[in-house]
Amino acid sequence: MSDVKEFDTRPAGNPSAESPLAWTFHRQGVLPRDANAGVRLREKSFLGHLILRGGAIILDEAVREVLGMALPARPNTLTLDESGERSIQWLSPDEWLVIVPGGEEFALESRLRKAMGQAHYSIINVSGGQTVFTLQGEKAREVLMKSTLYDVHTQAFPVGKGVSTVFAKSTVVLRRPNEDSWELVVRRSFADYCYRWLLDAAAEYGAIVER
Amino acid sequence: MTQVNRLKQGGRIDRSRPLKFVFNGQQYAGYGGDTLASALLANGVDIVNRSFKYSRPRGIVAAGAEEPNAVVQLGATEAAQVPNVRATQQALYQGLTARSTNGWPNVQRDLMGMVGKLSGTFMPPGFYYKTFMAPASLWMTYEKYIRKSAGLGRSPAEPDPDSYEHINQHCDVLIIGAGPAGLTAAVTAARNGARVIFCDEQEEMGGSLLDSRELIDDMPAAQWVDRILDELSSLSNVTLLPRTTANGYHDHNFVTLHERRTEHLGDSAPTGGRRQARARLHRVRASQVVLAAGAHERPLVYANNDVPGNLLAGAVSTYIRRYGVMPGQKLVLSVTNDHAYRTALDWQEAGCEVVAIADARANPKGELVEKAQSLGIRIIAQSAVIEAKGSNRVSAACVAKIDADSFSVVGRVEELACDTIASSGGYSPVIHLSSHTGTRPLWRDDILGFVPGEVKGLTATGGVRGVYPLHEVIRDAADAGVRATLAAGVKTHAEATTLPQVAARQDGEACALYQVPHRKPSMRAPKQFVDLQNDVTAAGIELATREGFESIEHIKRYTAMGFGTDQGKLGNINGMAIAARCLKRTIPEVGTTVFRPNYTPVTFGAIAGRHCRDLFDPERYTALHQWHVEQGAEFEDVGQWKRPWYFPRTVNGKKETMHEAVSRECLAVREHIGILDASTLGKIDIQGPDAREFLGRVYTNKWAKLDVGRVRYGLMCKDDGMLMDDGTTSCLGENHFLMTTTTGGAAGVMEWMELWHQTEWPELDVYFTSVTDHWATMTVTGPDARKLLAEITDIDLDKDQFKFMDWREGTVAGVPARVFRISFTGELSYEINVQANYAMHVWKTLFEHGEKYELTPYGTETMHVLRAEKGLIIVGQDTDGSVTPEDLGMQWAIGYDKPFTWIGKRALSRPDTRRADRKQFVGLKPKDAKVVLEEGAQIVLDPNQSIPMAMVGHVTSSYYSPTLGHGFALAVVKGGHQRMGETVYLPMVDGTVYEAEIVSPVFVDPKGERQHV
Amino acid sequence: MFHIYCPYCEEHREEEEFHPKGQAHIQRPVDPEACSDEAWGDYLFFRDNPRGIHHELWVHAVGCRKFFNITRHTVSYEILETYKMGEKPSITAADLSEKDKQAGVQAASGGWQTVGARPESEALNKEARA
Ligand SMILES: [Zn+2]
Repeated sequence: MSDVKEFDTRPAGNPSAESPLAWTFHRQGVLPRDANAGVRLREKSFLGHLILRGGAIILDEAVREVLGMALPARPNTLTLDESGERSIQWLSPDEWLVIVPGGEEFALESRLRKAMGQAHYSIINVSGGQTVFTLQGEKAREVLMKSTLYDVHTQAFPVGKGVSTVFAKSTVVLRRPNEDSWELVVRRSFADYCYRWLLDAAAEYGAIVER
Repeated sequence: MTQVNRLKQGGRIDRSRPLKFVFNGQQYAGYGGDTLASALLANGVDIVNRSFKYSRPRGIVAAGAEEPNAVVQLGATEAAQVPNVRATQQALYQGLTARSTNGWPNVQRDLMGMVGKLSGTFMPPGFYYKTFMAPASLWMTYEKYIRKSAGLGRSPAEPDPDSYEHINQHCDVLIIGAGPAGLTAAVTAARNGARVIFCDEQEEMGGSLLDSRELIDDMPAAQWVDRILDELSSLSNVTLLPRTTANGYHDHNFVTLHERRTEHLGDSAPTGGRRQARARLHRVRASQVVLAAGAHERPLVYANNDVPGNLLAGAVSTYIRRYGVMPGQKLVLSVTNDHAYRTALDWQEAGCEVVAIADARANPKGELVEKAQSLGIRIIAQSAVIEAKGSNRVSAACVAKIDADSFSVVGRVEELACDTIASSGGYSPVIHLSSHTGTRPLWRDDILGFVPGEVKGLTATGGVRGVYPLHEVIRDAADAGVRATLAAGVKTHAEATTLPQVAARQDGEACALYQVPHRKPSMRAPKQFVDLQNDVTAAGIELATREGFESIEHIKRYTAMGFGTDQGKLGNINGMAIAARCLKRTIPEVGTTVFRPNYTPVTFGAIAGRHCRDLFDPERYTALHQWHVEQGAEFEDVGQWKRPWYFPRTVNGKKETMHEAVSRECLAVREHIGILDASTLGKIDIQGPDAREFLGRVYTNKWAKLDVGRVRYGLMCKDDGMLMDDGTTSCLGENHFLMTTTTGGAAGVMEWMELWHQTEWPELDVYFTSVTDHWATMTVTGPDARKLLAEITDIDLDKDQFKFMDWREGTVAGVPARVFRISFTGELSYEINVQANYAMHVWKTLFEHGEKYELTPYGTETMHVLRAEKGLIIVGQDTDGSVTPEDLGMQWAIGYDKPFTWIGKRALSRPDTRRADRKQFVGLKPKDAKVVLEEGAQIVLDPNQSIPMAMVGHVTSSYYSPTLGHGFALAVVKGGHQRMGETVYLPMVDGTVYEAEIVSPVFVDPKGERQHV
Repeated sequence: MFHIYCPYCEEHREEEEFHPKGQAHIQRPVDPEACSDEAWGDYLFFRDNPRGIHHELWVHAVGCRKFFNITRHTVSYEILETYKMGEKPSITAADLSEKDKQAGVQAASGGWQTVGARPESEALNKEARA
């Protein structure tokens, strides 16, 4: 489907970029660094985020060819490459979220478009619209229980699971890429709210924020 | 003060931890492990409140959630005030300060008591309806007085220093109640590996076992409780929640638990360390619920049964055995069952005198009865206490032989001197929670009580389903634990379910007795209280039935029985039984009232949780928010977005008013150049071969011929023909479009398009994806816009190359950008879209270059003025869901001859949408140039008509225009399009009547030349 | 608070993730122009409000964003099934009224909220005495 306008939104030069939490960090000044913190929070900013829409079979072929990864076919699952830096997450029966290191997204989009040929699909670059929070620490699960309706017990939420769900009065994509971290994919405009919520919920455990 | 009623030894209190507390201004002492109620009893405090209606002195009656009288206001400081705390549920802590909630000005002697005595029946049943309902306008006045005098507690006048939170929980089995049934069910489910949440409302788990005389596995019951709790707390699949009340049982096994985390430690959560929430609301989704809430003992209803010193039999045992407190010296016990005999045994063992046991049964027999007999306690069969004597404390009990069938006293009345009367009329299962689901409780004649009806996913066990003997309770609960575990999909194994050994006790059969007959009829006998908290008497219920109330729900509302925080815990069954007797029906025929959440009061803090103060609602920020803040912008809430409203400047130390700032911003745009952060507009990326067809179906206008590189304004209707959203859509590629929506409409439009695609037109190949947050949008607008943009872009801005309603891509300030030449101001405008991470760089670069053009940032208020001057609508301000595109005079944006019947088209030919007198969109020019009409003001044609006037429309938008030098407005007026030039009137609340002329809604540049330059 | 099985996510989710969208199986007339005003008005404005089985359209708004149908009992609020767009319900009002009859469930007589009604209690008491 060639009648789509591809557009690399990343500048060639090096103008300053601001992550969705730039204002939040600026306002906070000194970031929390509690001793014996139960929770560690970090923003993984400026990653490449693509939304893939289309049939699972053709998209699976394309991502295998281009990324060397399988498309997660089961609902609420997540696959990662060996480095853990590239991931594909099921969002709906015809929608997946691909996250890759920042700067790879436009080339990836172009290669996927080539691989998809004339099939009906869509690829949308949403890299500026969302950011990733990583939540770690022995109290991370408790903080999530105070924040989301979804059952985050290890039995219900094993590594490799990912869901879109309610977070406080906002929404997030919540996923568990590995044994000791949770990732929250947060919409840019809600990032400050989600960040403040997480720190408030973590107050009784103590928190460390890393940039 | 000495603790006159404290036993030398015994109880579960910690005598090594003495505590001081204040009640009604008086200082007292107690111990760790006391409740406020047990400590008050220990100190010999008889009167804890005045009653709601009659202002009679009241004492402590119960030892748990069912306590009707000892309801106090807690808190030493104003900010820490907590109303409606039951003294029986409040743990004692150092410095606890409480007051009676009722009994203004004081509990010993008060004003209302005098009123009650003087006027006799100050508030008879139906008082609320008869007195206060008419005129309704006076209710507010009455209510204030009643609340003050009856004292239903008050909320603090200062901000609560504490924090609260919600926590979401999921489990296989939720067990409610930690008495013998709950403990057995919990340990059974836990040993089988189920995810268990186990909650109990009391300070300590154990329920009735904490004051039981029985042995389990040859050890005192309380010791067995410790052993089971030790085991449960060692298991990782179990969450133990003491001090946690299951308050609401909602759909599909969703249960809300109110956990009091620091309320046993002090007025506020401890300070010093990390911040702790004072209370938590657990939102539990349980696969299975085991309800082990037990039963409340039912008091007997006899004359003057509210005088301090009248208690529940079980409560007396609890105070003696659990708290080491003797509530009196000389006891008369009035019972209908064997179990209550334990109170006499406990009393006598504690070294005090049991005067007599009045047993309503003709021939009481059973193990406990025999034990009492063997101890030489006098038992008077087929009798009951018919009246208590005394005013501030019981001084004697009148005992007489009664005949329940004929409801009469049949023997002589014997007056027995005593200071305490304990009664037990049997047990009422605590069916409140199961009733929250809407299920009907079922009456059982054999246990003389209602039991829970069937609820999917609920297993009731123990006392709550009428199983009372301990050995049966344990068997029943183990079985319930296994069934719930299996139903939750967890495998069970037999060895996990070993039953503890409990001796089977032989109890005699209980008899039914609710209201005790008196020698005088109820209406003339001293008051026989059914609901102590709401001051409802047996006579009141009789009166209600005589006045024709037959439904128990009506009787409840007429008498106030079971109202408010009490929720009928003690009195409901007695009340129903009395109603049934009066109506000559059975109790199941009368039925019970509906119990509603919450079971006991929940602090508002716990309901609000973390959703308060700066986390009350999400605040959405654009990528340029920091710049706006640093420029001192005033913000406006648009949906959840914070948008700059205007940018007041400080000139010569004086900050501009809003009017001054907006005028300056407006003129800047019209005369040279302004800039707006428009990032909040909804943006939807649409891809697919049928994208164009889809647009043609959801928009009113035509999309078939929009070329790549072009932009079009579109109107979106619902199928009823009413406008729902508007915006521009750009053709990016033959199969690729970018739609913008209103800021507030973004999510709704997205869902709307998915709805039609998924349910009606799945055959169309198209995908929609929200890109609102991905793009930041900056609008530069004004005569100098081209000059400024040209300095920092590689896009050809030549007016013939890049025309109005074109879009181009290139770089702006070195950042890839899509630039749209669309205008919401009527001026030459470019909307610059860049990936949001680079927005601040582009914005700042624009200002670096814009200084020489006096580039002026403007906010939403100026945006509104500028668009209104051009007659451009705001959906939701100028429309309200009852306005069609034709009403707006936007026929130019309607594709009447499109082949597909687009959404909203058919409705435009319905008779109602064709009416000539529909409200139509027009401009209004006030006759007085200084007037700015009020938005929402109603429009009439004749100001001299009598009230109510015929209203023909209203003002939708109104501003002062610095460009025009006068106020102007947009409005909808019936048949307005045909009324150009007519004068209309706007009568205001203060009597002023404004005059205005109906004009075209386009006030500035009617030919639209400025945006085309 | 409902607990709703999403047929696309293949698991139960909390009600907050969903939006109700009214009665299910309302189809837009194929040729609206050929509809009488009355027929069009019916399509736009008139919906059923049964006591008992109701088929409803919901969307998993905060999840997969897919629309699907729910068969729900409007008295007990029990969700009897959920099914994807384009599928037919397996439980209809006709089936359940038969089951209801067998279970002795009474229809509402209206007015009173009284609970603990007689037929159930009597049956239970007979059992208890036996
Ligand atoms: Zn779903």
